[in-house]
Amino acid sequence: MAVATERLQRQAASADTGRRADAFDLTLQIVAYVVLVFVAILMFVPFAFSVATSFKTNPETLRLTLGNMFWPETWTTAAYTTVREANIGRWFLNSVIVAAIWVTARCAFGALAGYAFARMRFPGRDIVFLIFLSTMMVPGIVTIVPKFIILKDLGLLDTYGALTIPFLTDAFGIFLMKQFFESIPNELEEAARIDGASRFRMFFQIVLPNAMPALSALAIFSFQGSWNAFMEPLFYISSEDYFTLPLGLAMFRQANYTEWPAVMAAAVITTVPIAIFYIIFQRRFVASQTSAGIKG
Amino acid sequence: MATLAQAPGSGSAKPVKYKNPLAAEDAIAGWLFILPAILIIGTFIIFPIVLAFWVSLHQRDVVGSVDNWVGLANYQDILSDNADFWIAFRNTAWFSLGVVPTQTAVGLFLAVLANRKIRGKTFFRTAFYFPSISSSVVISMIFLWLYQNNGLINFIIRKVGLPTPKPPWLSNPKGVLEMLWTGIGWDSAPAWIAGPSVALLSIMMLNIWTTAGTMMVVFLAGLQDISGDVYEAASLDGATRRRQFFDITVPLLRPVILFVVTLGFIGTFQVFDQIYVMSAGGPAKTTTTLVFLIYTEGFKFGEGLGYASALAVVLFAIIFVLFLIQRRLVEKKD
Repeated sequence: MAVATERLQRQAASADTGRRADAFDLTLQIVAYVVLVFVAILMFVPFAFSVATSFKTNPETLRLTLGNMFWPETWTTAAYTTVREANIGRWFLNSVIVAAIWVTARCAFGALAGYAFARMRFPGRDIVFLIFLSTMMVPGIVTIVPKFIILKDLGLLDTYGALTIPFLTDAFGIFLMKQFFESIPNELEEAARIDGASRFRMFFQIVLPNAMPALSALAIFSFQGSWNAFMEPLFYISSEDYFTLPLGLAMFRQANYTEWPAVMAAAVITTVPIAIFYIIFQRRFVASQTSAGIKG
Repeated sequence: MATLAQAPGSGSAKPVKYKNPLAAEDAIAGWLFILPAILIIGTFIIFPIVLAFWVSLHQRDVVGSVDNWVGLANYQDILSDNADFWIAFRNTAWFSLGVVPTQTAVGLFLAVLANRKIRGKTFFRTAFYFPSISSSVVISMIFLWLYQNNGLINFIIRKVGLPTPKPPWLSNPKGVLEMLWTGIGWDSAPAWIAGPSVALLSIMMLNIWTTAGTMMVVFLAGLQDISGDVYEAASLDGATRRRQFFDITVPLLRPVILFVVTLGFIGTFQVFDQIYVMSAGGPAKTTTTLVFLIYTEGFKFGEGLGYASALAVVLFAIIFVLFLIQRRLVEKKD
């Protein structure tokens, strides 16, 4: 009550300056819209241009006019045929396989370890967690040369193993899951415990089904990470049979230097799946990113 | 032993009295739960960190046929006067110093605008965020095309009637500040203040374009945590909007800004994908960044994996120093 009356008094006090503020507000509002729309266009144009280019003929790309910028004069899907013949289907399949493995493993191992760190007490827990956490401080580039050597010694270079095994879990995912488990009440677990359930049953029957919000955030992160991974695949993979989409796209461009429609067609094919994913899970994408900070 | 009984949210008024029956089970189950993580993180993150130092003390080629102990020779080579390291360091520093403050400022500006009562906030957020979820290779490929001599950017510049850079963007090694110095008649400016080349600047602009939207989303979340009452009270006290921004918004967002700037420096010091796709380190090494140098030295007929690993360790040290400086800044102001 007191707060409400105080606020009313404040509003009355500021009423006389109100009219001037209104005009100022309106100007600011217009400026805001203009800038935001302009930036939105700026974000959109490169993508629209690449889609348009992918449907053009090769010569048409070289003579840009206002008319054919976003709308080809002659529509053709020749570029898509070119990339299909360059085996983009295989790279797409590889990307899907790798993404499926990343997502499944990161969710499973992240949840297991995150739960153990959040709820279980065992000797050495805190020191292991601290070591895991401190690996997040080390920039990824430091480990790449040694990882190359380890993968080579394990005979995993140029296999699906090099694209997946080093990435089956990471400290970030474990940390995310631990934070989540600490934030939810454990009444259900207590009840299960009284019923004599083991940790394993408790985890699979009660904890996991209730961890969907955090698991979906981790799944989105993992999907995005695997779908866009480039540098490490570039170092560990040399035969085309194991190319993922970004790697295939980069190599395709090196071999077809000036064929912009085909290069853009490959770019479009790489972007469409993650774009669909993003539009469906838009809110989750943004929320998971802001809560956990920006990665990569 | 009483962890479970004490765990937050147990909710019951009377404390659970019995001894935790899971304690014994947890001692084993706990290790089983974290076993996969220990295997993966141990083999592919922790062990490699140790190995990085070891390898950096060797001369070693990609195939592994040469593997000799050389002590600190790699480090001496890296830090010697004419080493490419200094070129790469300068390029990377320009890149970071250009990109991080700009993307942070643009992101903050957009967030303040979008934090108003605006229709289609979700649309703007979706649109601005999209570049940062797309593949860096795809985006680099698109901008490679935009930056061509007959690409979209030059087309627009010509339409407006302005001169386009010659040679075109990504093949132009001229220093941006160098052009400014000659413009004002200073012909003998030293190389280290020549600034980023036009080619590097092109890639910097791409990076700002990609990340500004992410920054906006992060700042928007931070802004929405600031209660409207604070501003209301301030405006009653006669604070102008400008003062409100600098005296309320910026200080309250300070932790977020520092976080974003730290991550920005760590990220930009490791830029690679864009360089690989768009300029491959050229022209005249003006876009050779530290990580790109690691790639060419280690994997492309350079000095080999030992040298590359030593470079990575030096980069680690640089990033660590940056991190310490920023922590010092946080502590000082707090």
